[in-house]
Amino acid sequence: MKTFPSPEALQRLPFGLADVAVILGTLILLALVANIGAGTTVSFQPPEILPEVNLDPLNLPYYAGRSTLRMFVALFLSWMFTLAYGYIAANSKRAERIMIPMLDILQSVPVLGFLSITVTGFIALFPGSLLGLETASIFAIFTSQVWNMTFSFYQSLRTVPKELHEAAVLYRLSRWERFTKLEVPSAMIGLLWNAMMSFGGGWFFVAESEAISVLNQEYTLPGIGSYVATAIAQENLPALGWALLTIVVVIVAVDQLFWRPLIAWSDKFRVEQSASVEVPSSWVYDLLTTARIPRLLGQFVLPLQESISHFLATMTPSPAAPRQDQTIRNGDRWFDWALLGIIGICLASVLQFILSTVGIAEVFKTLGLGLLTLVRVSVLLVAATLIWTPIGVAIGFNPRLARLLQPLVQFLASFPSNFIFPFVTLLFLRTGISLDFGSIMLMALGAQWYILFNSIAGAQSIPTDLREMADDVGLAGWQRWQKLIIPGIFSAWVTGGVTASGGAWNASIVSEIVAWGTNKLTATGLGAYIATATAVGDWPKITLGIAVMSLFVVGFNRLIWRRLYQLAETKYHF
Amino acid sequence: MAATNGQLSNLITVDQVSKSFPLPEGKGEFTVLSNVSLSIRTGEVVALLGRSGSGKSTLLRIMAGLIPPTRGEVLSNERPLRGPNDKVAMVFQSFALLPWLTVLENVELGLEARGVRRGDRLRQSLKAIDLVGLDGFESAYPKELSGGMKQRVGFARAFVLRPQVLFMDEPFSALDVLTSENLRGEIDDLWNAKTFPSESILIVTHNIEEAVFLCDRVIILGANPGRVRGEVVIDLPRPHDRTHPRFKSLVEYIYTIMTNPEIEVTGTVSVAPQPTPEVTTQSPYAKPLPHVRVGGISGLLELIVDQPQGTDDIPRLAERLQLAVDDLLPILDASVLLGFAEVSQGDVRLTAVGQDFATTTILRSKDLFRQQILQHVPVINSIVQTLREKRSRSMRADFFFDLWNEYFPTTEAERLFATAVDWGRYAEMFEYDAGEERLYLPESPAIAPPIETET
Repeated sequence: MKTFPSPEALQRLPFGLADVAVILGTLILLALVANIGAGTTVSFQPPEILPEVNLDPLNLPYYAGRSTLRMFVALFLSWMFTLAYGYIAANSKRAERIMIPMLDILQSVPVLGFLSITVTGFIALFPGSLLGLETASIFAIFTSQVWNMTFSFYQSLRTVPKELHEAAVLYRLSRWERFTKLEVPSAMIGLLWNAMMSFGGGWFFVAESEAISVLNQEYTLPGIGSYVATAIAQENLPALGWALLTIVVVIVAVDQLFWRPLIAWSDKFRVEQSASVEVPSSWVYDLLTTARIPRLLGQFVLPLQESISHFLATMTPSPAAPRQDQTIRNGDRWFDWALLGIIGICLASVLQFILSTVGIAEVFKTLGLGLLTLVRVSVLLVAATLIWTPIGVAIGFNPRLARLLQPLVQFLASFPSNFIFPFVTLLFLRTGISLDFGSIMLMALGAQWYILFNSIAGAQSIPTDLREMADDVGLAGWQRWQKLIIPGIFSAWVTGGVTASGGAWNASIVSEIVAWGTNKLTATGLGAYIATATAVGDWPKITLGIAVMSLFVVGFNRLIWRRLYQLAETKYHF
Repeated sequence: MAATNGQLSNLITVDQVSKSFPLPEGKGEFTVLSNVSLSIRTGEVVALLGRSGSGKSTLLRIMAGLIPPTRGEVLSNERPLRGPNDKVAMVFQSFALLPWLTVLENVELGLEARGVRRGDRLRQSLKAIDLVGLDGFESAYPKELSGGMKQRVGFARAFVLRPQVLFMDEPFSALDVLTSENLRGEIDDLWNAKTFPSESILIVTHNIEEAVFLCDRVIILGANPGRVRGEVVIDLPRPHDRTHPRFKSLVEYIYTIMTNPEIEVTGTVSVAPQPTPEVTTQSPYAKPLPHVRVGGISGLLELIVDQPQGTDDIPRLAERLQLAVDDLLPILDASVLLGFAEVSQGDVRLTAVGQDFATTTILRSKDLFRQQILQHVPVINSIVQTLREKRSRSMRADFFFDLWNEYFPTTEAERLFATAVDWGRYAEMFEYDAGEERLYLPESPAIAPPIETET
């Protein structure tokens, strides 16, 4: 235990180059946030005063900053929500029975369909200020990333090793200490990875939610997404190119400055008791650990931190007696019945609303449209699998290539495909390809990378001795695929497939209707149905569309993906 | 650890404690512990010794206040225990260290939770770390340490609280032989030097030698349901000398008890076996099977058959194989159940069939195994009977699983099913398709006539 600085440390100057970098970096960050944050409270009086978007590329850094700020606010809220929701669900048996199925459903509901509802709600909440739109956009990003994170946290809480839990009880850790010392740390790695992936997906929604027309009203929020929307309306191709470049720079910068250091730091939360094979590294993290300022500040803050956590610990004493389990059961039965009743009433009222406003014929029509979109999603999955799994396996079997390409594929997976939509739309207009087929390609722009990414990971997970055995017994060609590769990558492929199909359903809302200037392309499908209903503000149709899409997604998940998951877990795993 | 006024007082008293868990779908309950009474006194080291299924870990956790008893009461210092027992600290089998905290932070954990201030905390923790010989490793993370060192951290974390009673839940069983021997010796030295940071020790173990070496009193638990069978006082001067003839006879005696569930534990060495109580007629699914693979049985029999007269001393056998009681006894049980071996007075002797089984070819050993199952394992015969009665000659696995589940909790029923499938497959009495989860009769009716000895 070092209580005094070593002589060697005393000889060095109190500040090194690393400290200068850290101070400068902190100052720049603060200035940026202050500058960009000031723009969020400007006056906004629809329909008279609306923020304008200027297509001058020089404005792009500012717009990108605004969008990034939104992303981070949403990320922060997602963390808070995740910690609270996951904690309650894991610690109360009753709450768990409502909260987990609800999470499962919310996860499957297309976020974009909600935008119209939330935008009007939030504008009403903050009259006369842009904050309403701002919160609506943040909420959209939040809903796109939070469910994954919450699930991951809940799952980690449930799988805390039993003896660790017993140690925490016996050593009388207060709830607060248990939360900060046991539960959050053991969930940290999974939570960070999930947050990083969801954050990548969030770019898609930030772009979508900044420029939206709801109830025949165009709402624009300064940001990179509305910049793209304006460029599309004005048919300004160079501006789109600049936007594309900007988003690439922003994604790479956030990855390097934010996620990499966090991932490197979180390696210490690995539960496996042996040293890990490949420790993630980050130059920012190295810089922060080399610099002395953070440590000095840490020592300065320590007493304060100590007394705060002591206070919180005394406020949350460890639960006194373990509960007797007999008495609860009867109450639980009532609880179940009450729950069923509430669900029944909710379902009935939604049904009643839909039937009384649009009628049964409309329901069948949307179901038909849903089938069309389902066909698109399925074609996409099959095509992406046929094209990308052989490539992914080839990459995965070649360690050098994999190390080189995996970050690129990961980047592509988190790249918001709607930034490329205009270019593809232009192609469709020039070549006259119908959007009925073209929308599959648009949906694939984002979704396919999950398949590729997971194929690579799956191929890497096949043990080398199995591959050598396959060579040894002379398995080649199709036989090799049938006996070794397909079973080997199956579970990774299922993971990729679930993510890709979820992404494709969501993307269908924006890819079945696209525009270039005044030219508009429309495909027949449930996505286009919801998008049209949203634009004109037809509430019954919006409700019906979202309900049917959720039904398709949930049904698809239950009937197909869940079974494939089980198969992967019981049969095809190493 | 000085006893107050030379008089032994009860630190923890367990008073007629029972623990049962409800079986699924209100089929009644599964009793883990039945009517257990015992006490831990000042200045003694006590072992809870039992085989798997004796509920010894459950009992330890009830005494620690981690789980409530279904009936009965635990008294700590004459006062009824509600919630976690703050007079005890526990050392866990899996160490239970937080991987993201350093050695020092792990040791400080309990003190911090009790609101001890930083300066005091640091001083006491460093002392405890010193005591377990981890000086210099304060800022290391658990993943940098070997298994033995990790368990030292576990001990330091318990020591620093100066508990009245130190609980140890199989503390050495996750370590390799040499490391556990070393650590066990050090703990014993610390106790004998009268500098031990707790007044008493309670250790759960399935290692008989370990219990006799460390403890003043060994409480023997019986299984199905868990209950106290009796206790053996280790009347040897400390430290217990392993080469002492008395040490050996105590170990031998406890082995005899453990291999004969019917013997009454009197605490006096040398006992004649008691007559077996009459077994009441029950569903074949109510009787547990020892969870052993056929390979384990034939492996053990092959080792014993090489000994003179096909007889082996069980403690010696355990030492030779480096197997703890929990691993060795089920194999012996299965061998006895199948009529391959007989156990008496701490010795195991192969029967004629057992000798034949251990030395013959694979095909004939399958015949012998089937023949013994037909005679001695009613549950597998019952499964075959059910399959025969079906026209499809097959049946869903759930059906049999549910029959076990009437009498056992789900995890145990799953293990029983797996064991029955292993034995039935080996004997070629039925086949199991794990994908479809169905049991089948084999195509060729090899099992039609019950016995076909001598080919």
